[in-house]
Amino acid sequence: MGYVWQLWADGPTILIALFEGALLAAVLALMAAGLSLVFGVMRVVNVAHGEFYMLGAVAAWFIASQIGGSPAVSFVAALIVAPLLVGALAAMIDITVIKKVNYDPERTIVATIGLLYIIQQGTLMGFGAVPRAVEPPFDHRIAIPWWEKVDGVWEMYWPWGLSISTYKVFVIVAAIVIISALRYAMTHSKAGLIMRATQLDSETAQAFGIPVGRVYAGVFGVGCGLAALAGVLILPIQQAHYLMGGEALLSSFIVVIIGGLGSFGGTIIAAIIIGMTDSILTIFFSPIIAKIVATLLVALVLVFKPTGLFGTKRQ
Amino acid sequence: MSVTAKTLSLHLGLIAVLFALQFILGPYQQGNIARIMVLATYAIGYNVLFGYTGLLSLGHAMFFCAGMYGLAIPMYHFSVPAELAFLMALAIGAGFSLLVGLLALRTIGVAFMIVTLMFAQAVYLIILYAAEWTRGDEGFVLVQSTRTLFGVDLTDDTAKYAAALVLFATALLFTLWLVRAPTGRVLIAVRENEDRASLLGYDIHRHKLIAVVISGTISAAAGAGYALLFGNTGSTFATVQYSILPLLWVLLGGAGTVLGPFLGTLFMYYLIDYAADVTNAYMLIAGAALVALTLFAPTGIAGTVRKHLWRWLP
Repeated sequence: MGYVWQLWADGPTILIALFEGALLAAVLALMAAGLSLVFGVMRVVNVAHGEFYMLGAVAAWFIASQIGGSPAVSFVAALIVAPLLVGALAAMIDITVIKKVNYDPERTIVATIGLLYIIQQGTLMGFGAVPRAVEPPFDHRIAIPWWEKVDGVWEMYWPWGLSISTYKVFVIVAAIVIISALRYAMTHSKAGLIMRATQLDSETAQAFGIPVGRVYAGVFGVGCGLAALAGVLILPIQQAHYLMGGEALLSSFIVVIIGGLGSFGGTIIAAIIIGMTDSILTIFFSPIIAKIVATLLVALVLVFKPTGLFGTKRQ
Repeated sequence: MSVTAKTLSLHLGLIAVLFALQFILGPYQQGNIARIMVLATYAIGYNVLFGYTGLLSLGHAMFFCAGMYGLAIPMYHFSVPAELAFLMALAIGAGFSLLVGLLALRTIGVAFMIVTLMFAQAVYLIILYAAEWTRGDEGFVLVQSTRTLFGVDLTDDTAKYAAALVLFATALLFTLWLVRAPTGRVLIAVRENEDRASLLGYDIHRHKLIAVVISGTISAAAGAGYALLFGNTGSTFATVQYSILPLLWVLLGGAGTVLGPFLGTLFMYYLIDYAADVTNAYMLIAGAALVALTLFAPTGIAGTVRKHLWRWLP
């Protein structure tokens, strides 16, 4: 019984960790959905994916600081414009670089490693090495009560620090809305149908008059745009920095692989599992141990179960 | 001249030129070339796997660091003499690459790249975590007086250059022998057409494993040499960047050529060195080079020479 009481007493800490885990899961799900979409349709791995996340945050900072005025207005502008800009840039990169290597999986990886450095170092030259922050458009704190047994009687109290920020709640809700919308568009719209036809068999799709080249450019744009969107949403919480893409890339790799390469539903489930476990593990272990375990786990999942936990076998 | 004679004179000629260079160059350039020779050894190791066997690893920094720390930790913490520590580093590199090979070779293509990337990332994090032994980010500096091989003081510029040349020449001549030997021929067959090589009766998995172990061990030798000659270690050498650099050097010089890794390292080293003087965003050069090479010159320098000039180039 001893642990149960201990766990109950730790309740506020765990609750906060679960909430932060949900936030991490939301951002991871957006990023990984983009990576998974690109891999699913085009069968290529975009190593520069994390840099589009970084570009999203940097572009949002730039737009917000240019517009000025109330944080809410400039943030909404950034939230709409930054992902569109980054998506358009990505579509252009697809046409000028990735199309030219014929979407060969290995050469695409080498080319996107090159793009990673070009984007990252280009940002360092233009934006500098100093991290930059943006004020959240709104930020209220909602305190959460907890109960403890004092002299055999349950009493409600307000633990110190147990509160959640409304902006973080907004990020979680926004991620759920965007991913549901994406899912709906893929299964119910004409564009989604064309995308899925290309994914199943690009040659047959081409034979039926689907402009496969343009579909690929569009998918790459949307995939990278999703990463940029995640970058914009995280900006008021984290700060924009030219090196922020590396860690984000590794985390989304982990999510996409555990979820099964190219499986959209699996990716989302994996994002939730990994976001939650990551922040719970960090209560009990040092974050670096949690990262070592996660990285080795991913490598071993790929070695022993290459289709991931939810993936289906396909060529 | 027969092909063998031409090949031998070209490669021995390069070693002779490098030997002669030390009498012409000033101390600064001499130091640069010594460093390039050690890094080119790393690229030679990478090339065995990527260029000759056709397996693209994104995690070779883990082998480089297996050698680097395999030598430096025994020397620094246990006062093991350098000769023994170097052998230990080679053994650790070979054992570690065997283990990684056994696991990673269960996957193919893109999955192989990601598995190697993840293993290397885990090694990087472990180096950071074991800060008590590795001093993490900062690393540690090997004590000058311990950096001697068979009584030769490696902190001396001439000795350092000679040692780097010996390391490089050994790796160069070894790969030259390997790619002309039956085992090397099978590796090339695996790269060109795995199914056909398998149909001819070759054990594909065993040959790939041999390639991983040779490649990992040469990379470890380069890492050990780097720590011994230049005295410093650090977790930076385990970052993704140090796994990407050999890929870049080999692609630029020409994958699947014996001379390619050296040419690529030489050009890229000076290019990045030059760029670093102009801007702190010098890795931009590396990125642009990677994209340009993939798009316009997938065969690299030596590959182009082989295509148009010297068909016999190994």
